[in-house]
Amino acid sequence: MSVGFVGLAVLMAAVTYPSRAVALLAPGIERLPGWALAYLRLVGPAVLAALAAVNALVVTGADGRLSLHVGLEPAAVVVGVVIVAWRRNLFLGILAAVVVTAVARALGLSPLP
Amino acid sequence: MATADAAPDLPAGPTDLAASRRRIVVDAVGVTVSASAFGVVYGLATRSAGFSLVDAMAMSTLVLAGASQFAAVGLLVAGAAWPAIVLLTFLLNTRHLLYSAALAPWFHGRPLVERAAAAHVLTDETFALALTHFRRLGRFDGPGYWLASSFVVVPWIGATAVGYLGGQVIPDPARLGLDVVFPAAMGGLAVGLVTGRREMVAALAGLLIGVVVALAAQPSVGVVAGGLLGPLAGLLTPDRERLEQIGAYPL
Repeated sequence: MSVGFVGLAVLMAAVTYPSRAVALLAPGIERLPGWALAYLRLVGPAVLAALAAVNALVVTGADGRLSLHVGLEPAAVVVGVVIVAWRRNLFLGILAAVVVTAVARALGLSPLP
Repeated sequence: MATADAAPDLPAGPTDLAASRRRIVVDAVGVTVSASAFGVVYGLATRSAGFSLVDAMAMSTLVLAGASQFAAVGLLVAGAAWPAIVLLTFLLNTRHLLYSAALAPWFHGRPLVERAAAAHVLTDETFALALTHFRRLGRFDGPGYWLASSFVVVPWIGATAVGYLGGQVIPDPARLGLDVVFPAAMGGLAVGLVTGRREMVAALAGLLIGVVVALAAQPSVGVVAGGLLGPLAGLLTPDRERLEQIGAYPL
């Protein structure tokens, strides 16, 4: 069995792991000033919101160009997020987003990505 | 049970430990389904690209970052050189630095080996589920972290094998609407972290900055920019407690 790409996997892991580990392994994180800890506390909501929005709203075309996507998928994500905020239930929100998307696609209201 | 002192300056909200861990399980259901479905697609893609099963499994186990793994397969098929793939992987995965920094105060006092191992499984989903759990609990919980990561890591690696060996018979996840699970889960978990004006402003600023920069540069750059600059906007927002102290906020 070929293992021709294991070396590539090792290299990819070697450039990924430091990003994951550097702050966790850095000494003195507990001695950060209050404003820095307050900043870190806000990273969670900011980066997760950015991740959700970029995933839902930014698409890459066949020609490689990036464009703003306004359609079914972002709407389904908004429905899901609103339900999470309302019911405080992540599973319910995700389920709603999936059902909206699957039903709309099955009805031909939106093409597959 | 592994516990540490509550991280300084972070909200403490004592909640039953078992209940909070059960909440991880419930919250992770959608994430697990999504990771499984796309792991299958990834496994199938690696087979089509000429990977061996060992290659595919090595990448899912060692790299453990879906976007960069899909990109690597696509680039290999297109004939790209390894250095270009490694560079793109680095750029795509720099956002993990933010996750690491945000979780670091919670890991304060934990053994080096535990922190080093935890870093390897620090994915988007692990970060979101674990941070939500720690904040719900008001302190660090080692088993909770590993529980959260297991709902992503195990299905991703397992589904890679399933996809490689028999992915042809499994329907397209997009047809089932599963492509919206990831953004819906991340958005929902962000909502769970919004506990005040500052968090709300940070999230909205992160969202806007992320999309604008992503359109102007690259999606991964947008996520990092939103994650870096959104909190600054939050810090510039007077919090309710402070406004109440100076009598500028209606009680």
